[in-house]
Amino acid sequence: MSHLEKDSFGAKLGMWLFLFTEMLLFGGVFILYSVYLTRYPKEFGLGGHQLDLVYGATNTVVLLTSSLFAAMSVTAIKTGAKKLTLGLLSGTIGCALIFLGIKYLEWSAKFHHGIYPNSPKLIAGPPGESIFFSLYYLTTGLHGIHVIVGAVLMSWTAVMVQKERLNASDNVTLENVTLYWHLVDLVWIFIFPLYYLIL
Amino acid sequence: MAHETAMTEGGFWRDTGRTGIGAWIFSTDHKRIGLMYLYCVLGFFLVGAFLGLLIRLELMAPGPTIMTAQTYNAMFTVHGVVMIFLFIIPGIPASFGNLVLPIQLGARDVAFPRVNLFSWWLYAIGAVIVLISLFTGGGAPDTGWTFYVPFSARTTTNVSLAVFGVFVLGFSSILTGINFITTIHRMRAPGMTWTRIPLFTWSLYATAWVQVLATPIIAITLLLVVTERILGLGLFDPTRGGDPVMYQHMFWIYSHPAVYIMILPGMGVISDIIPVFSRKPIFGYKMIAFSSLAIAAAGSAVWGHHMYTSGMSDLGVLVFSFLTFIVAIPSAIKVFNWVSTMYKGSISLEAPMLFALSFILLFSIGGLSGLILGAAATDIHVHDTHFVVGHFHYVMFGGTGFAFFAAAHYWLPKYFGRRYQEKPAIIGWVFMFIGFNILYFTMQVLGMEGMPRRYYDYLPEFARLNFVATVGSWIMLAGVAIVVWNLWRGLFKGEPFTGNPWGGASLEWSIATPPPTENFEEDPVVTHGPYDFKGAGVP
Repeated sequence: MSHLEKDSFGAKLGMWLFLFTEMLLFGGVFILYSVYLTRYPKEFGLGGHQLDLVYGATNTVVLLTSSLFAAMSVTAIKTGAKKLTLGLLSGTIGCALIFLGIKYLEWSAKFHHGIYPNSPKLIAGPPGESIFFSLYYLTTGLHGIHVIVGAVLMSWTAVMVQKERLNASDNVTLENVTLYWHLVDLVWIFIFPLYYLIL
Repeated sequence: MAHETAMTEGGFWRDTGRTGIGAWIFSTDHKRIGLMYLYCVLGFFLVGAFLGLLIRLELMAPGPTIMTAQTYNAMFTVHGVVMIFLFIIPGIPASFGNLVLPIQLGARDVAFPRVNLFSWWLYAIGAVIVLISLFTGGGAPDTGWTFYVPFSARTTTNVSLAVFGVFVLGFSSILTGINFITTIHRMRAPGMTWTRIPLFTWSLYATAWVQVLATPIIAITLLLVVTERILGLGLFDPTRGGDPVMYQHMFWIYSHPAVYIMILPGMGVISDIIPVFSRKPIFGYKMIAFSSLAIAAAGSAVWGHHMYTSGMSDLGVLVFSFLTFIVAIPSAIKVFNWVSTMYKGSISLEAPMLFALSFILLFSIGGLSGLILGAAATDIHVHDTHFVVGHFHYVMFGGTGFAFFAAAHYWLPKYFGRRYQEKPAIIGWVFMFIGFNILYFTMQVLGMEGMPRRYYDYLPEFARLNFVATVGSWIMLAGVAIVVWNLWRGLFKGEPFTGNPWGGASLEWSIATPPPTENFEEDPVVTHGPYDFKGAGVP
């Protein structure tokens, strides 16, 4: 295939490969989770019950909604509806900010109770509990970084849509950023039950 | 760099647009990026080789010789980090892969040229971070290149920054992998069917999958080391309920497949060189291509063989040992096919072929000694001895290192339009080959006799062989110096190199020398296989 035409299939292939690497990155954390869960089931249970289900559930809804907006923005740009696309992208970014805000409240509450990595309270407590909260902060922190990156990418695409560099005929960048956003969502779909629900 | 471009005329060297260094570090041309990688990895190879020389000098006699114990610890760590992450992993795929792969497919560039440039920048930034870590903070890391916890979480040396640098380098490696897979799937010229892809590019395809699928695991593992040090998560700290063996698992889940990132492209180089210098089509094309994928797949499931003495379960040891032996099958398939290719061929012993032939011998010795380590019973005796050091230098340097120089002698004249002198190349090769065997075979004997690796001092009975090994390192480095000097001088000032003097049948030999910026005047249509010398019309 020559370079003169833009290969949007190839661009998406590259993005999917990148998403594999992201899944494997989180896979490493989930491996640690499964190993330590079998080693400390009781402490994980106690730790899980200390997490706030309301915060977690709200964030799940917020993130799913953001993913819906993101998916709709792809359909919108293909019909050439620039304003609608921009509105939907703003919705996605707004949801990302709400998610981060709620995460901030949730972490602050935990910090307030003396539960943070290497805190005197965790060091004094049973080892399994310290492992649980270390993993909790690691996993949600790593996910939070991905939410920030995703929001930045979404904002950048919004600028591109505004400038009409992305339009009805050339929009694979938006589609790729949306794919990334769905991955961020998908990872949360695993984090939420593993930490908040099943324990 | 500017005066070098002036010496080499034509093709992609003729700059369009930017001038000076900007024409290089902002260029998205895969050939320029490949050359930038080449200069960097070659530079780091020489740095790493110099550190290796110092390590051997220290071990030449028992007791303190030229450095303190702490310096020695830092020395073998930095030698490992530089050689693994800065030389051998990007070595062949990023430099020769970038130079050759798009042309072998009949493409004008890789699928994502800007991502390609970005990945070079990440490599450069990662390398700078690693270099900074050596001279700042608590001093150069002293953990060994494996960064094993709990020591890496506690040592006061500058592990955090070094590990972060390696994390950035991993990102660069992933992006190169994604780029190559997409290029091979999407950018092949008309007529370039999967069974017409040259075997070098086939090996890069298998390598790219390992880069994409394995590297994220080292990324998360290294991040964990950093968070362990900075935030005190305690995930690998036994006093806090963590398990250090989990670190070893996660480290080797990447780092064992990584040895196939290192060796597969080398095998690809050899598969391309042997038929050309035997004047015979490759024997067992499909089996060689398929065995690359088989090595990549099987190699991803054998990481536990680094951990037989870690306290892993006996069942685990048994399974990993069995799987390790499976990897030997596709590797042996390649070796037999190369030898069969040469059978009744009209072999011409020019520099690239000599390096390729020594690859086969050295890789076979390294591979077979690997089986001694892969078998649990024998591994217990030689684990963490100099036998291991000898083994992996046979596969990594005797394999990949010699393949790197084979590729340099085979392809670089094509890109520079000038060639090295044959005689110094062969003299250098002789020194390298003899010195190599004196150095590393002696190490294997030392290991069998029980000398541990990474020890600063040793018992007097090991003194004689250590002396011999150190002398070997001088001979080998003399060879390396001759080879590098001869290449450097020849490529910039040597005789002109035009046309297709080796008589290769793959696409890179059908275009102008040096290749034009866009590679092909018009998109090629491929009508014959990469080793179909008659079809390509070469004598």
